[in-house]
Amino acid sequence: MSVLVYTENWDGKFKKLTHEIVSFAAAIAKETNSTVTALSIGHVDTEELKTLGNYGANKVLDVQDDRFESLDNKALADAVAKAAQAENAEIIIFAHNNEGKAVAPRVSVKLDAGMVSGVTGLPVNFEPFTVKKKVFTGKAFANVVIKTGVKVITFAQNSFEIVENPVDVTIETFDPQIPDSEFVTKVLETNKITGKVLLTDAEIVVSGGRGMKGPENWGGLEELADLLGAGLACSRPVSDEGWRSHEEHVGQTGKIIAPNLYFAFGISGAIQHLGGVSSSKFIVAVNKDPEAPIFEAADYGIVGDVFKVIPQFIEAVKEMKAAN
Amino acid sequence: MKILVLISNVPDTTTKIRFTGDNTAFDSTGVQWIINPWDELALTRAVELKEAGGVEKIAVANVGTKITEPTLRKALAVGADEAFRIDAEPLDAYFVAKQLTQVAEGYDLIMAGIEASDYNGSGVGGMLAEMLGINSVSAVSGIDIENGELKIHRDIDGGSQILSVPAPVLTVVQKGIAIDPKIPAMRGIMMARKKPLTVLPAIEAEPRTEYVSFELPAPKAACKMVDEENAKELIKMLHEEAKVL
Repeated sequence: MSVLVYTENWDGKFKKLTHEIVSFAAAIAKETNSTVTALSIGHVDTEELKTLGNYGANKVLDVQDDRFESLDNKALADAVAKAAQAENAEIIIFAHNNEGKAVAPRVSVKLDAGMVSGVTGLPVNFEPFTVKKKVFTGKAFANVVIKTGVKVITFAQNSFEIVENPVDVTIETFDPQIPDSEFVTKVLETNKITGKVLLTDAEIVVSGGRGMKGPENWGGLEELADLLGAGLACSRPVSDEGWRSHEEHVGQTGKIIAPNLYFAFGISGAIQHLGGVSSSKFIVAVNKDPEAPIFEAADYGIVGDVFKVIPQFIEAVKEMKAAN
Repeated sequence: MKILVLISNVPDTTTKIRFTGDNTAFDSTGVQWIINPWDELALTRAVELKEAGGVEKIAVANVGTKITEPTLRKALAVGADEAFRIDAEPLDAYFVAKQLTQVAEGYDLIMAGIEASDYNGSGVGGMLAEMLGINSVSAVSGIDIENGELKIHRDIDGGSQILSVPAPVLTVVQKGIAIDPKIPAMRGIMMARKKPLTVLPAIEAEPRTEYVSFELPAPKAACKMVDEENAKELIKMLHEEAKVL
């Protein structure tokens, strides 16, 4: 029996998210006396594949097949289901993100498995298998029983500590033998940035709102983000005004992120914005309005002028780095 | 081209969430029901495509009891031509998808919202596509019809793509698919009364998951405030106390 993890990479390196899910899978495998198999579809070299052993993967199935680059949902689901069958997997875990949401439901039908999405931690019970998830867009939690033998879950990022727990890992080439006729999605055009921190996978995110007053004032945020190795984000009005690209818009209707640390400068914290960032471990808010709702969601706050605070933050981070 | 839009009936997004029966069920007392916001945007785009020509029919489908009929009438008023309601409590994503297979054949494009705002499942669209044996595209932020063919915009890590996928295809749509939901005009509301709303009995299907209990989140600790002049102190707290720097 095994727990199968669907992994994701960015420019050939596994995402932090994948380390988190493999750690999570290892904890489940321990409870259920099974092993962890990670499925890697794409161009990841052997050295990188082996790193999954550090987080508890016993085996990595390596699928190197360019046809999957079109992310054809039907073909991908077929490949994952075949891997699950080959590995006698009882639990299949995806991330609760674009790719996971696209493929997991299809896999659940193929394997006659019950599925729960957006799981926020280890099962609260194994008999019957019960998991917790957010419902009503974060206003409540539900405990959900999966009644089938095989189970599919999508895992909400930042719900589990990454654990380094090295085990021996074997790398196996895996060919799911999907015929060409299955790949019907044709990519006509791709617009993609590379070589930058992926916003949805960033540990720290520095974000600006309308309180930044204009695109010409972003220099301080960029400098702070650079110093921290952070991703840059913005609120909806900022991207609607065209101050920053839509790629950076976080919120319920933009990207949903869950970094360890989220800086909100000049963001009032409308419920739609909070819907996209409330899973952050820590939120720091700087806003001139003491009544801004962002302070209800924040862990640390300053009521004041962003333009007076940002330079002090930059200085403090430089001092902290110099001291370490 | 024929389009089917899947419609979920959900509590108004400003609803105060409460539970009954020792936290085992959602308390729907006094709740206002609406079209799930993502489904509403999907329908809006479908109507825009129809208005631009090239779409002959838009149908909407819902799995729900009689309480969902006002929501379906609204969808008809917005511009759908026909509605189907499968008469059952929507027990779980698998059960709902299975019910929808009854009405989902014969369309070139099926549209589903990325999630319903109640149980945030994100499951029905992909499950239905798999049951029908058709392809699906998720994270869809735009749909155009060019020379009778679908051009689908999809968000990917760090960017976006334009795809061509042969019909029939199911799209799971999200931000960008339409800007603002279409508001029904008086004429649309009048016409909606005469449009067909077909009620079908549920087919046999065993739900695979069960919501056994609910809880409200623990209240959050108060925000720790730092003075503007001492902003550097906050970075120190992140380093020493929160240990995230």
